[in-house]
Amino acid sequence: MAKVKMSKKSTKIDMTAMCDVAFLLLSFFVMTSTAKVPEPLPVDAPASTRETKLPETDLVTITVGDGKVFFGMVGQDVRADALGRIAEKYKLTFTEEETKRFSLIDGFGVPAGSLKGLIALKSDERNKEGVQSSIPYDSIDNQLREWILAARYATKDLHQKELKVAIKGDAKEEYPTIKKVIDILQDQKINKFFLVTGLRTEDF
Amino acid sequence: MAELNTGGGDSKGKKVRSKKQDAGVDLTAMVDLAFLLITFFMLTTSLSKPQSMNLAMPDKTPEDQPPVELTISEDRTLTILLGEKNKMVWYYGLAKEPIEGPTVVGYGKNGIRKELLSKIKSVVAKYQGNSEKGLIVLVKASKKSTYRNLVDILDEIAITKVPTYALVDITPEEKAMLEKEELLTK
Repeated sequence: MAKVKMSKKSTKIDMTAMCDVAFLLLSFFVMTSTAKVPEPLPVDAPASTRETKLPETDLVTITVGDGKVFFGMVGQDVRADALGRIAEKYKLTFTEEETKRFSLIDGFGVPAGSLKGLIALKSDERNKEGVQSSIPYDSIDNQLREWILAARYATKDLHQKELKVAIKGDAKEEYPTIKKVIDILQDQKINKFFLVTGLRTEDF
Repeated sequence: MAELNTGGGDSKGKKVRSKKQDAGVDLTAMVDLAFLLITFFMLTTSLSKPQSMNLAMPDKTPEDQPPVELTISEDRTLTILLGEKNKMVWYYGLAKEPIEGPTVVGYGKNGIRKELLSKIKSVVAKYQGNSEKGLIVLVKASKKSTYRNLVDILDEIAITKVPTYALVDITPEEKAMLEKEELLTK
């Protein structure tokens, strides 16, 4: 009887195609993605079913969480210009170097007096918990209002556009804090804003 | 693999033959690396922009001016009071003598959404064909309600397509209503 011979096949697989696919995906991800920016005040945004996209330009984000309020602007030119206006208002002076460093900061939450110290810090130290307290937003020292105003003027001057405002609140934040922020905006006749939310289905 | 043929002296007469090498390269390590990088990029990047919700508030009337009086029929207004413990109280009509309610209800499709849908229908039936006279929902958030509650109720309003809604300050009367239902502690 003839033995059934097992054909000996090579265990090697041709990896070329797989390699091609892997690199294709890799280049796709490298090109389409923007790196996650560490936030100075991480918040857990509540979910909603609405899918309005947040605009990318001429936007300020007011982050509210834990009773603290942080402020973030989009665009380096707007940041630099707004800082100039704040400096004028609070009689501060910033060097060119400091203005440049400030324009690279995405979001911050310190009183105007401590801005110099914040700018001097390294970016990883800046985002540590407890380093940034909050922007004062009570009626005695309403710096949030000044910042919004400065950002509005800056956007209007540089881009000839109306500034859009997004509120990013922590889900557990109590309503009075949010109300205060909304009131500050309404005092400047900003009646339309975006609430940053997560996504969910209607079935909840 | 990588040999250097020095062509030493002992094989003088023979022709120097170049070795036939296998043209295939082992790509396994390269694929490994590529997938590692893919995973890294997938995890560290945020592909999608954050979602958002529009909120338009009415103009504030300056304090030195008298508030604009609007007369609206009481059977068109539904008031929702947001309390703590993720619950709310709603009533239909006036606060002093509600036509329906006040009733405690939760969020979600089995809670306030049912009420909203039924009220929208009944108001439409009452004012047949008059598309300008739809339901008006007043949302009044108490001090103890959270931002999540606010977004949830605005979302509910968006889902049920309430024609008119507004975010209004709570009155002492309504606070008492919430306190009675134990949804507002001081």
